[in-house]
Amino acid sequence: MIGLGKTGFFDRLKKGLEKTRKVLFTDIDDLILGEKKIDQALFDELEEALIRADVGPVFTMELMDRIRDQVKRKELDRADLLRKVLKDTMTAILKGCEAPLVIPPAGTFTIMVVGVNGTGKTTTIGKLAHQFRNEGLTVLVAAADTFRAAAIEQLEVWARRAAVPVIRQKINADPAAVVFDALQSAKAGATRVVLVDTAGRLHTKVNLMEELKKMRRVMAREIEGAPHEVLLVMDATTGQNGIAQAKMFKEEAGVTGICLTKLDGTAKGGVILRIAGELRIPIRYIGVGESLEDLRPFRAEEFVEALFARDGE
Amino acid sequence: MFENLTEKLEGIFKKLKGRGRLDEENIQNALREIRMALLEADVNFRVVKDFVEEIRVRAVGQEVMDSLTPGQQVVKIVHDRLVELMGGESAQLRFGSRIPAPIMLVGLQGCGKTTTAVKLARFLIRQGKRVSLVSADVYRPAAMEQLEVLGSGIGAGVIKAAPGTDPVTICLQAVEEARSRGYEVLIMDTAGRLHIDEAMMEELRRIKEKVRPAEILFVADAMTGQEAVNVAVRFNEVLGIDGVIMTKMDGDARGGAALSLKAVMGKPIKFVGVGEKVDALEVFHPERMASRILGMGDILSLVEKAQAAVDEKAARDLERKIRKNEFTLEDFRDQLMQIRKMGSLQDILSMIPGLGKMRGLKDMMPDEGELIKVKAIIDSMTKQERRDYLIIDGERRKRIARGSGTTVQDVNRLLKSYGEMRKLMKKMTTKEGIKALKRGHIRF
Ligand SMILES: Nc1nc2c(ncn2[C@@H]2O[C@H](COP(=O)(O)OP(=O)(O)OP(=O)(O)O)[C@@H](O)[C@H]2O)c(=O)[nH]1
Ligand SMILES: [Mg+2]
Repeated sequence: MIGLGKTGFFDRLKKGLEKTRKVLFTDIDDLILGEKKIDQALFDELEEALIRADVGPVFTMELMDRIRDQVKRKELDRADLLRKVLKDTMTAILKGCEAPLVIPPAGTFTIMVVGVNGTGKTTTIGKLAHQFRNEGLTVLVAAADTFRAAAIEQLEVWARRAAVPVIRQKINADPAAVVFDALQSAKAGATRVVLVDTAGRLHTKVNLMEELKKMRRVMAREIEGAPHEVLLVMDATTGQNGIAQAKMFKEEAGVTGICLTKLDGTAKGGVILRIAGELRIPIRYIGVGESLEDLRPFRAEEFVEALFARDGE
Repeated sequence: MFENLTEKLEGIFKKLKGRGRLDEENIQNALREIRMALLEADVNFRVVKDFVEEIRVRAVGQEVMDSLTPGQQVVKIVHDRLVELMGGESAQLRFGSRIPAPIMLVGLQGCGKTTTAVKLARFLIRQGKRVSLVSADVYRPAAMEQLEVLGSGIGAGVIKAAPGTDPVTICLQAVEEARSRGYEVLIMDTAGRLHIDEAMMEELRRIKEKVRPAEILFVADAMTGQEAVNVAVRFNEVLGIDGVIMTKMDGDARGGAALSLKAVMGKPIKFVGVGEKVDALEVFHPERMASRILGMGDILSLVEKAQAAVDEKAARDLERKIRKNEFTLEDFRDQLMQIRKMGSLQDILSMIPGLGKMRGLKDMMPDEGELIKVKAIIDSMTKQERRDYLIIDGERRKRIARGSGTTVQDVNRLLKSYGEMRKLMKKMTTKEGIKALKRGHIRF
């Protein structure tokens, strides 16, 4: 009944990229669709693509209405351009949030990693640690998920893989105390990047959001401007709840960037479009697998291209 | 949101005055709103299409009932159909006749399999079964440790594999070991994997082939969007799953995936996970899920939760008192004690749509130490003082503080927050008050 996507999103990303390279500025879709009329079927097809990518009904209607208006005003009269205009609109929205994380040339840069349960926070920390190390920076990770069973051990494995030190305490210790220790140690050793792993938490739990605030306060006391980045790790399979997540983590924990994980699956993570449009949170990275190297900077064009790529393409 | 959909539908049907008939024309816009609401709840695109068509067929020609407005009637049709679709087949687990009965959990990365395995084990232990757990997750760092820590905490037998053993062998050996140790059930936690990862799916297929589980349960995150169906369908193709467990239902996700999975695969949703603690597993209730998908909030769960702690008469008394503004300090004290019994106030309020995000809730939640103080202070008052707080002057405050081993400041603070609570309660009983509260405009 439902078309099964056999190709992962990341493969599409790669292909999307190749495609743009190969045909330069012509779009394969546009070539194929060149003969098509602008009719209801075409609108329906595009609308379906957006909804199925988790862009969400309200935002999808908004995008489609814009295009419809343009057609009505006769600014747009070729079917082959319709798709392109839609893509361009989406790219423009995302482009505004395409902002890679830049580590300043001196000082200790602190990154607190937050998100709901199971999105890939700890794994992303492993990947980030690896990346910063490769850039020649000294890195330290703080095991501030003192709640989930074996969370500390999990982080330790990733730290070992990335060859960076871990600051830890016992399970159930105060996460703010772990963060304090980590920042002390970072100051003493002039560490360039500190990555703080926090326990997964639903954005609706007031007391757990308070805990994040407390950690922030401790960090701010120890290092000027800390945390310098609060990275929200979001799972690309998330549907419209992603908006609530982003909103609450932004309001309560001061999120300054997003990493969208699991894009090696078939989910397209379209809710990020709504997040970009409504909340304008910078999108830093995408996660595309379970090993150290599977982290990429977020690229708006690539993302939109992959969102429209059809199964098996 | 419930108000939203109902209100929207009311608006659409305004022209249809009094008794009337739902027809093609007047239902058209209503269906559009229903479609949007379902998509917003992450119900799969195709499922929504079919569902809306069914509603159209059902609704057209229906007479509007005396007791309902047309908008309410349509919501009722939608709600009833949702319940019908998600209910039916019983959520019972099948154990088969073998001992141990192997139960296998599968799903994507991060959907909550390990926690669910432990919750399920605890659930079965409480039914008097001897339950063991094994982790076949050789990939995620510390996954086995996680299961071991949680599993031993609930008194389940945790079966450990020798390092380097492959997942199929781990499961096979665990069955043997569980049998020799006399366990009736063996819950197998598997590594999270992508449905398009052929090698990893093949691994699950081989575990199934060798172990022949009595139940294979697909674990799905309630926050999942449109892809939920494709993922589950693939797992079902490869394994033939027996049922679904929806996790992270304690958040505010509307959980449309539940409907999608049931509609597409026809497999029952057996349990829902409602928290991080090992006891946070509940049997699935289709009516609640239907309300939730429509954004009506999990009102039933809320009522049940409250009922478990407060008896109904007391609740009704309280309501009457609030309305009549007779809410005394004694009631205040009882209220606080009851809140404590009900569990976290925040959990309860988060089940009400719109209220979950309300600001300042935390300030209303006294901690354990404060509660003891509050109780001591109120207990040190005379009956008269408790009935009429306005008579408590400076001298009386001093006396109460001495009697309760607290300070005058503590007494002042208590009286102030009691005064505020009275005000708030008064507000809450007016229509505007309730609206403002829902919008999160009232600050405590
Ligand atoms: N396929 C894929 N899996 C990922 C990716 N990132 C993380 N995962 C997997 O998702 C699962 C959860 O990852 P964790 O890093 O433990 O997630 P977390 O957010 O730290 O989880 P909690 O601390 O329990 O809230 C693990 O099985 C990871 O291997 C990704 O980009 N792609
Ligand atoms: Mg983690």
